[in-house]
Amino acid sequence: MQRPDMSVAIAGIEMRNPVMTASGTFGYGAEFADYLNLESIGAMITKGLSLKPKAGNPTPRIVETSGGMLNAIGLQNVGIDAFIDQKLPYLKNVNTPVIANLYGNTLEEYGEVASRLDGLAGVAGIEVNISCPNVKQGGIVFGTDPRAAQEVVSLVKKNTSKPLIVKLSPNVTDVVVMAKACADAGADALSLINTLTGMAIDLERRRPVLANVTGGLSGPAIKPVALRMVWQVAKAVSLPIIGIGGIMTGRDALEFMLAGATAVQVGTASFLDPSAAQRIAREMEEYLVEHGIASVRSLIGALEV
Amino acid sequence: MQFKAMVLSNVELSPGYFRMKMTAPQELASSAPGQFLMLKVNDAIDPLLRRPFGLFDVGSFLPEYAGCGAQIYCEILYKVVGKGTKLLSALHHGDLVDLLAPLGRGFDLGPAGEEKVLVGGGVGLAPLYYLAKELKNRGEKVRLFAGGRNRDDILCITEFERLGVETYVATDDGTLGERGFVTQVLEPHLAPGTRIFACGPTPMLNAVAKMAQKSGVPCQVSMEAYMACGVGACLGCVMKGANHTEETPDYRCVCKDGPVFDSFELQWS
Repeated sequence: MQRPDMSVAIAGIEMRNPVMTASGTFGYGAEFADYLNLESIGAMITKGLSLKPKAGNPTPRIVETSGGMLNAIGLQNVGIDAFIDQKLPYLKNVNTPVIANLYGNTLEEYGEVASRLDGLAGVAGIEVNISCPNVKQGGIVFGTDPRAAQEVVSLVKKNTSKPLIVKLSPNVTDVVVMAKACADAGADALSLINTLTGMAIDLERRRPVLANVTGGLSGPAIKPVALRMVWQVAKAVSLPIIGIGGIMTGRDALEFMLAGATAVQVGTASFLDPSAAQRIAREMEEYLVEHGIASVRSLIGALEV
Repeated sequence: MQFKAMVLSNVELSPGYFRMKMTAPQELASSAPGQFLMLKVNDAIDPLLRRPFGLFDVGSFLPEYAGCGAQIYCEILYKVVGKGTKLLSALHHGDLVDLLAPLGRGFDLGPAGEEKVLVGGGVGLAPLYYLAKELKNRGEKVRLFAGGRNRDDILCITEFERLGVETYVATDDGTLGERGFVTQVLEPHLAPGTRIFACGPTPMLNAVAKMAQKSGVPCQVSMEAYMACGVGACLGCVMKGANHTEETPDYRCVCKDGPVFDSFELQWS
């Protein structure tokens, strides 16, 4: 049998396989270059970029929980200008699509960051973060109110000609309402889920572990929630979907594809295994070979209910 | 780099403190004292994250198998504090662990001819042994000041002495060495021409950093932090840099910018 066709496309972004690295878990790419071949994965997504550099939250910022971890990094990043000057030149030399994740403290800032990225060589698309649970502005506020989400997405759409992915929050009553709002506002694709708001308590000190009190839960613990949401959204909107949430193995990734995802993002797994994204792509291919499946695309939404 | 290591030995040195020796690839021979490794204690998702440990020692040994060439080993010194280290303490000769190493920025050994002063609290002695070995290899004069709550916290003193290190000990309860803080024992020994290397609990490092500044002695500190990735990507392990303010934040990544910092790079309370 020939090697299976692993390629997929998200809103015109052609990828050699469906495995992307999730924003905030892969730095700006170079951090992982010693551990995996950056040209073996489908796409890289940068740390969330804001107009000005952002310092992030006080420490402690992370804590491990059962089957997962909580983080309250607070979107620390170098800012859009330093990204373009210092990080993008390296990424341009890597033959893998780079998707810039962005956010703003205000509606206007979302538009401004998007317009600065527009026309930049080396950026294949943008992913708009409206779902960070750890900062008041620039995140969850826009991600939990369908009207606010629509405003952000419409404005970003006006300021970019690049494929526009919107990253959705699970911290809502009905993720489908948010998905539809973003689709109506012009999103080209949806990625979900971002982290679930959680907390951890230090029983000895009788205090929250995180300085921010609450944080975003990620890792294998959230996979069932993520799968359910991807499945619900895939049934309701016709946009391509990128599944995220606790993917540790190729089999996890393929479950998301059956649920309706065209691609997946690997996040927390990269922390414990820096070569996770490459390994997961390989494991997916192995599954296809074992099952005599010619193209990974044939699995998208193939779940039988 | 990422590699599988075989546990060679895992011995309890004093109640709750273990010393574990593992095989390592040739590349680790060129690691620097102060660098660290991240270890996955098992393949399960609980505990999920790797655990960071300073390199206690790196060297070579001759395996007992016929015809075998010299093999690199690395060692860690750790205290059982939670689920991860508890599982780690149950590993035996022949068990395999997954490692990332060497990670981070190690100690700058400084110019020859100075007196090197090592200050360690509890398990903070770990990276100082590898450092002491390197310094003694260069023929330097090395003194060690070790502190802890009681005699059980004072580890591997004999090993330091075997290297030719002059050792001073202080315990809170006086069960070994002088009674009191290690910083009290240290203070009279600080003079121009010395250089401090410290690792231990943050309050101890705080005191040492201030003492060094007052005496005008260069001081490097090895910091500890919660870590997820170990490679500078997650930004979970940052600390405040010296010029940090609310308005002009300055965070340093312990895993990538450290774990060893010049004491003046950080903000002390």
